[in-house]
Amino acid sequence: MTLTATRDESGEQTKLAVIDCDIHNSLPSEKALLKYLPERWRRHQEEYGSRGFSGAYYPLANQNAARTDSWPPSGLPPGSDLGFLREQLLDLWDLEYGILLPLLGAGRQVNLGYGAARASAINDWQIEEWIEKESRLRGSIIVAFEDAELAAAEIDRLGDHPKFVQVLIESRTLHPLGQRRYWPMYEAACRHDLPVAMHFGALGGWPIGSGIGAPSFYIEYHTGQLTSFQDQVVSLVCEGVFERFPTLRFVLVEGGFGWLPPLMWRLDRAWRKLKSEVPDLKRLPSEYMREHLWFTSQPVEEPPRADEFQQLLDDLGTHDKIMFATDYPHWDFDAPDQAIPSWLPEETRRAILAENARKLYRLI
Amino acid sequence: MTETAPIRWGASQSGFAVIDCDVHNSVPSVQALFPWLSRFWREYIEQSGFKGPSDTAYPNAPTSARRGTTAVSGGPPGSDLPLVREQVLDAWGTELAILSCDYAVDAVHNPDADVALAQAVNDWQIAEWLDRDPRLRASVVVPSKQPDAAAREIERVGDHPGFVRVFLPVRSPIPYGKRHYHPIYEAAVRHDLAISLHFGGAPGNPPTSVGWPSYYLEEYAGMAQVFQGQLMSLIVEGVFDRFPTLRVALVESGFTWLPPFLWRFDKEWKGLRREIPWTTRLPSEYVREHVGLTLQPIDGPPDAARLLRAIDQLGSDDLLMFSTDYPHWHFDEPEEALPAGLSPSLKRKLLSDNAREFYRLGVGMDNGGTP
Repeated sequence: MTLTATRDESGEQTKLAVIDCDIHNSLPSEKALLKYLPERWRRHQEEYGSRGFSGAYYPLANQNAARTDSWPPSGLPPGSDLGFLREQLLDLWDLEYGILLPLLGAGRQVNLGYGAARASAINDWQIEEWIEKESRLRGSIIVAFEDAELAAAEIDRLGDHPKFVQVLIESRTLHPLGQRRYWPMYEAACRHDLPVAMHFGALGGWPIGSGIGAPSFYIEYHTGQLTSFQDQVVSLVCEGVFERFPTLRFVLVEGGFGWLPPLMWRLDRAWRKLKSEVPDLKRLPSEYMREHLWFTSQPVEEPPRADEFQQLLDDLGTHDKIMFATDYPHWDFDAPDQAIPSWLPEETRRAILAENARKLYRLI
Repeated sequence: MTETAPIRWGASQSGFAVIDCDVHNSVPSVQALFPWLSRFWREYIEQSGFKGPSDTAYPNAPTSARRGTTAVSGGPPGSDLPLVREQVLDAWGTELAILSCDYAVDAVHNPDADVALAQAVNDWQIAEWLDRDPRLRASVVVPSKQPDAAAREIERVGDHPGFVRVFLPVRSPIPYGKRHYHPIYEAAVRHDLAISLHFGGAPGNPPTSVGWPSYYLEEYAGMAQVFQGQLMSLIVEGVFDRFPTLRVALVESGFTWLPPFLWRFDKEWKGLRREIPWTTRLPSEYVREHVGLTLQPIDGPPDAARLLRAIDQLGSDDLLMFSTDYPHWHFDEPEEALPAGLSPSLKRKLLSDNAREFYRLGVGMDNGGTP
């Protein structure tokens, strides 16, 4: 676990451009949202507060799941102090761009009206406090993803803002994300030509264990996230979402990608046998997966043998959809000079560290 | 000599003993269990019109079972011993076949009915299968939601030489590593039985972490995630530390997902092991010592060389065990019973040696193929 991080100036890797695709900025306190909420929901927040799915919480490895050294001198929570984030992340690692993914619980409110108001407030706070103040940062449009109509309205409100580069949802949803109930959200994302980022979902309405109920430990919760990513990819592909929305791009954030080749093999084989059940699919499941899915690197898979990492890239058939991420300020932070194997060809490292993200997010 | 083409289903394996680790024996109807059910339960079944627990994960027979496996009597595929003999045991020259009876007693919510049905199924397995063909071994069906009752059932039949493992459907209401389930493992270890976690199950909760998917295709492909969660639970809860002789077979799980899963899981363990201090080794080490996987369905890439590479990534030649999964039919390619290009020593391990050791089956046919 990365409790602290320092930069090794001698590393050759740090001379390459770096774009960080997973930065978690946070609120100094819940009160910071009040000025962005309409009166009705301001009152609601003060009287009832944020209410999500109870019973889903596991004590995190470290307070706020944050690096020990990420608490700003100001005493504010990790990720909430732009000055300190500049110093400890943007400047230290010389990041060209950083994509903000504030995980502040809008999508997992049980009160969907409040969830949507909270999402809008978070977005307005992102504009005022972050992306207008720091030119290297880009934002993600937060949406109340369990109500696709409300989510679409928020995407339409902000989708043409030049500094929002994607829509952000979480990997743990009440229904599999391929289902029709979520389609208006994808339609809106396509309307504004925005990718949809699906981040590791902290608190879900269902236990984190796929089909097995709630496990006991944080290590199961943390590792188990990758089962929720697989569940969602299976749904998105089988429901024909990419057939219906051919320009839709999904970014899978903090879900790993080592599971992708076996999942492609498994789905392709099963589809050959069961395709009459899903007549809307016109091509092999793996073709949709190769075309429509992007992945952030952290936490990068670490096979015991170096050649197995090369085999993994080979089985993926491409390295042009993997994008570097630090996950700052969280404890499982990946450093730009260490996360991507240094023996990979420079072109591959360049693509993963910056160029793939530059292309997807149009960062020039 | 190494084969260059995949081996077709039912091809005789001269020179190699064959142990088939997954053959399904189906209960033809709930009435077939009547000889082993009390009068109370016979009346209950007749009056309620209960047709038996039918919540299996599989779709209808034309989709999920090989053609020609339906019994002449009209029973479901896998319910007719002569047909099983002809289509699988004789066809492959099988030395031993381990039955997986997936009668879904876990779908029954009445706790007494759950127990009565499990007992009846095991007695039926002894009378109708184990006593009738010496090549057969079987899995103890247990009321898995009630671990104490399940342990009692293991005590009742566990010393019968025909039973070599306990059947648990891989889907469950809570993860199998939890202390709640330890009485099952304690009983299994006492009788030197393995545990098999088998594809499917009907616990009532959804098969994914994100609710109910629309299609069987999703449930089918998604079952690998369920196996991942259970394997993780067994390891982090210290089941293998507590029961060092316990062996767990993942049946119909696929296997190519395992190496990438372990890459991640080992990494997580290095960061978070202080939360689970009773675990003393990397997750991958527990897997290599305690876990086995059946070959079918082969969930690998179509390209033979890549498939061999995926097998190599398992990091051990001892994990995979041959299975036909009769009468189920996962894929349209009948040539995919065994991958091409296996070295003779790996092929021998996969076809029989691994299962012989894992299930403690003793010396049977020698590897020359003579009994």
